[in-house]
Amino acid sequence: MMPRDIQTNLLAPPSGATAPRWGLSMPLSRRQGFRAAAGLAASAAALTAMPAQAVIRVDITRGNVDPVPIAVTDLFADTPQGRSIGADIARVVAGDLDRSGLFRPIAKTAFLQRPEDMQMLPRFVDWRTINAQALVTGKTTLEADGRLRVEFRLWDVFAEQQMAGISYTSAPDTWRRVAHLIADAIYERLTGEKGYFDTRVVYVAESGPASKRVKRLAIMDQDGANHRFLTDGSYLVLTPRFSPTAQEITYLAYVNDRPRVYIYNIDTGQQEILGDFPGMTFAPRFSPDGRKVIMTLADAGNSDIYTMDLHTREVRRLTNSPAIDTSPSFSPDGNRITFNSDRGGSQQIYTMDANGNNVQRISFGQGRYATPVWSPRGDLIAFTKFDASTFYIGVMRPDGGGERLLAQSFLVEGPSWAPNGRVIMYYRQDQTNRDGTGGDAHLWSVDLTGYNERLMVTPLLGSDPAWSPLLTP
Amino acid sequence: MRRELIGPIVALFFVAACQSTPNDTGNAVTQGAAAGGGGAGVAQNAAPAAAPAAAPAARPAGPTAGTRAEFEQVVGDRVFFDFDKFDLQPVARGTLERQAAWLKRYPAARVVVEGHCDERGTREYNLALGERRATASKNYLVALGVEASRITTISYGKEKPAVPGSNEAAWSQNRRAVTVVSGVATN
Repeated sequence: MMPRDIQTNLLAPPSGATAPRWGLSMPLSRRQGFRAAAGLAASAAALTAMPAQAVIRVDITRGNVDPVPIAVTDLFADTPQGRSIGADIARVVAGDLDRSGLFRPIAKTAFLQRPEDMQMLPRFVDWRTINAQALVTGKTTLEADGRLRVEFRLWDVFAEQQMAGISYTSAPDTWRRVAHLIADAIYERLTGEKGYFDTRVVYVAESGPASKRVKRLAIMDQDGANHRFLTDGSYLVLTPRFSPTAQEITYLAYVNDRPRVYIYNIDTGQQEILGDFPGMTFAPRFSPDGRKVIMTLADAGNSDIYTMDLHTREVRRLTNSPAIDTSPSFSPDGNRITFNSDRGGSQQIYTMDANGNNVQRISFGQGRYATPVWSPRGDLIAFTKFDASTFYIGVMRPDGGGERLLAQSFLVEGPSWAPNGRVIMYYRQDQTNRDGTGGDAHLWSVDLTGYNERLMVTPLLGSDPAWSPLLTP
Repeated sequence: MRRELIGPIVALFFVAACQSTPNDTGNAVTQGAAAGGGGAGVAQNAAPAAAPAAAPAARPAGPTAGTRAEFEQVVGDRVFFDFDKFDLQPVARGTLERQAAWLKRYPAARVVVEGHCDERGTREYNLALGERRATASKNYLVALGVEASRITTISYGKEKPAVPGSNEAAWSQNRRAVTVVSGVATN
C-alpha cells in the first residue's frame, strides 16, 4: 500500500519571472510592512493598483465586502488522466476560496489564455484584461512509481510576480487533500493567516420527525466531500468533538440508555466508554494537549465539571457548587477553562484556572449565555445566547468585553471554531410544526466579521458540528 | 438554591386535577393531567379489585389495576415544570403522591424517571436541567416512602419532545419528568 503522506517542496519562480524579494519561508505577518499595510484597512483592490512592487494582500478583518478576483486555471498535464485530476483540483481549490468569502473565483469561460500555454510564464495582460488580481497555474504528473506530483504557482497579476510555488507528491487518491493544501497555501500567502481547508467536520446527522429523530455521528471534509457515517443510529449520539490530532472524537452516546462520554478512534472505528461514573457524563472536550478530557458529571442531579487523564485515568473534580456547571472548554494554552453555570441565578459564562481556582463571571449582557468555546487563537470565546425568544451566536473577549453577535435565529446553537480562529460553524434549527414536521437542523458557518454566512450542504439534516484541527499542522 | 420543602399532602388531589391541564388547544395530552383527575379517586378504590378474568367480553372500563397502563392513564405518569425550573409545583406533587401510593401498593414495580426540557435551551444545559428535574421527582418519591433502589433517573434534555410544536402549548408539555414503570404487566 502506498504511503499516505504528502511530500511538499517549494518551487522557485520559472526563468523570466520574478519573486517578491522576501522568501516564502518567512511568515507573511513578520514581513516588512505587512502589519502596517493590513492595518490600513485599505482594500486589496487599492493595494494592487499600486506600482509593480506591490503584492496582493487580503484584509481578513473586513469580511467579504470586497472579495479578491482570482483566476484558478485547470492544472495542465500531458495525459488525459492527469488533465482530469488537474481540473478536479482546480475546482476544489476554487470552491474553497469562494466559500471563504475573501475571494471571487472568475468563471473559466472568461479566461483568455489556456493552461497549456502558461507552462513557462503567464501572459499577465490576458489576466489583467479579465480583472484577475491573482492567478493560479500548475500541472500534474503521474510519475513512474505511480505517485501523483502536483505543482501550483500563485501569481500577482499586476506585479507580474510569483507569490508562491509548491509541489506535492503523494498517492493519486489523495488529490483532494492536495487541493485543500493548495487552497490553504493561497489563503495563507494572501491573508497572512493560516488556512482551514485541509480539515474535517464531525457532526450529528439527523433524520426522521422531530419527536423520533434518529441521530448518527457523521464525518466529512470541510467542503462536504468524503461523507460517511460513524454510528448506525441505533442509539442517540450528541456533541462530538475532535482531539487535537483529529484522530479521535469524544462524544455523548446513550448506549443501552446509559448516557456516557465515549471516545471514537477514526482510524480503527473502535469506541470506548470513558471511565466508570455513577451518573450521566456529558459535554466532553479534549484538552489542548490531548491528554485529558474535560466533561460534566451529573451526580444525584447536580452537574459539575471534571477532568479525566486519558493515560492515568485519574479523575479530578474542578467545580463544586449546587448549580449547573457544564459546557467546559480549555483555553489553547491549557491554563484556563471557560464554562457555563447558573450559579448566579441565571445561565452565564465563567472562566477559571485549569485547577478550578480563580472563578470569574465574564458575561453580563442581557439574556442567557451558554456553550462557551475558546478560540484556537486564544483571543475570543464564542457562545450561544438566548434572549427574548431569539438565539444568537456571538463572540466576546476572555475578559467578557467586546461582545459581538454574528448570527441569530429562532434557534442557533453550538459554535465550533475553524483552526485559524476566523470562521465559526454552528447549527440552526427551524421551528417545529404541530403535525411533527419541521424542526429541520442544518450546519452553517459565518466569518468572525459576521459576514459570509453559509449553509453547509449535508446528505441529511445536521447539528452539533465540530471543526477539526488542520490535518497537516 | 431553589428548593421547595415537602409540604403536607392533604387533599391536593382535586386541585391538582383541575389545574393540571395545560392550556393546550392541540393534540396529544390525553393521559397525564386530565385522566389523572378522575384517577385520584379510582386509584384509591381500585386496590382490592379482583380481576374478573372469566368474563373477557364484559371488560370493565379503564385499565387493569396494577398495570403500566393504569399507572400511565389513571395515576398519571408525568409532572410538568416552569421554563428553566426544576422545583415541583403543587400539581406535580399531587401526581407524585399518587405515584408513590401506587408504587407502595405494587412493590414489584420499578421506575425510571426521565427528565425532559423544551427546545429553548442549549443541548448541554438542558441535559443538566433534565437531570435536575428527574432527580426532583425521584427525591420526592423517596421522601414519600418509595425505596430509592427502585428508582433510577435519566435525562434526555431536549432530545425527546412529547408534543411537537414550537409554541408554549407544546413547550409546557415537554418540560416534564416522566415516571416509566417496569416489572408489572403492561395492561
